[in-house]
Amino acid sequence: MDSIADMGGMQGFGPVPAPEADEPPFAETWEGRAFALTVLTMGRISGQNLDAFRHALGRLHPLDYLSDGYYGRWLNAAELMLTDSRILAPGAVDARVRRNRGEDVTEPPLPEPRRPDYAPTAAGSLREVDDPPRFAAGDTVRTRDLHPTGPTKLPLYLRRRTGTVAALRPAHVLPDTHAVFEGENAQHVYTVSFRSRDLWGPEAEDFTLHAELFESYLEPDS
Amino acid sequence: MSGPTDRIPPALRTEALEQLLVERELVDPAVMDKFIATYERDVGPMNGAKVVARAWTDPAYHERLLADGTAAIKEMGFGGPQGEHIVVLEQAADVHHVVVCTLCSCYPWPVLGLPPSWYKDPAYRSRVVREPRAVLAEMGLDVPADRRIEVWDSSAEVRYLILPRRPAGTEDWDAERLAGLVTRDAMVGVAEVGAP
Repeated sequence: MDSIADMGGMQGFGPVPAPEADEPPFAETWEGRAFALTVLTMGRISGQNLDAFRHALGRLHPLDYLSDGYYGRWLNAAELMLTDSRILAPGAVDARVRRNRGEDVTEPPLPEPRRPDYAPTAAGSLREVDDPPRFAAGDTVRTRDLHPTGPTKLPLYLRRRTGTVAALRPAHVLPDTHAVFEGENAQHVYTVSFRSRDLWGPEAEDFTLHAELFESYLEPDS
Repeated sequence: MSGPTDRIPPALRTEALEQLLVERELVDPAVMDKFIATYERDVGPMNGAKVVARAWTDPAYHERLLADGTAAIKEMGFGGPQGEHIVVLEQAADVHHVVVCTLCSCYPWPVLGLPPSWYKDPAYRSRVVREPRAVLAEMGLDVPADRRIEVWDSSAEVRYLILPRRPAGTEDWDAERLAGLVTRDAMVGVAEVGAP
């Protein structure tokens, strides 16, 4: 899907915040709690399906993605996944906040959990693939004109572009199906290099852009 | 989903979520404390700095690091989530590398810890793949026109660590002292390691 999370090339966000020399990992206490809650419950709700979590980030309403920064979006995505798998009832978090504030609120009853029927075939994201890779370093490739309504890791700014395969990387599970619990479908992954002016026009800065792309995102350039 | 005016502050929502999950015994607050402390104390850019300093002082390690980053980093005892396949890119006189994740904020946790604010900011994520020279200049790094820029968008599970250039005037320094000079920003490619 073309979600708010797919930001490459978007304009209007203004200057980059100045780096701080010794920035702590968590600016506020709640950020560390939200981080730990998310990582530690992820195994229970999705068998550590990190792609499902990333897809939950992409499914957030743009306001929920942007309003409270990085750990705010983690919190919102965790809540979305916990609600999807019916570990939380819709509205449970809001009701608890209001109760904590002293309001007289009836909390929604505990739902019957409906966790995804899923178990990874191995730890992590890297897998062996038996089929030989379709492309080799040096090949000219074109990224496909894909418009999925579900998850993808082919960024918008790299669709329908011509590039060169720079390297073959270890095969990965395919987020497009893995994130929605429809199978790992491991594929070869390539680092593909693009000339900036093929992406952003002749007036753009001159540089090279590299990205990791799954085999099914690519076709031979003809 | 909520509109901008009726948003509950995230601190309160986090507190409520933690209560709900603890009541259901889905998460243990003591385990959370330990997990948070790990990322506050043990996993951070000081790990990557040790890798860089060793590469600067040990030619055989330097070679191994560039050939197989994951294995060479593991040799130093660093591995774990977000470090399944780490590729090390070396800065040079004629090329400057810079790393981003436009789709999320993927980052090599075992060597750099959790990402800093600017790396996660929509401005960095959106712009550095479009106008890297301008973004780097804004962040205080002027890349000369004759130095090629290579931008790496970590769009899958490969993670990148930048090996900065060793500053002049440190020829007789040992690895431990050198590690103190290496910054997080230099290992992502938005800064150089300054001369002492």
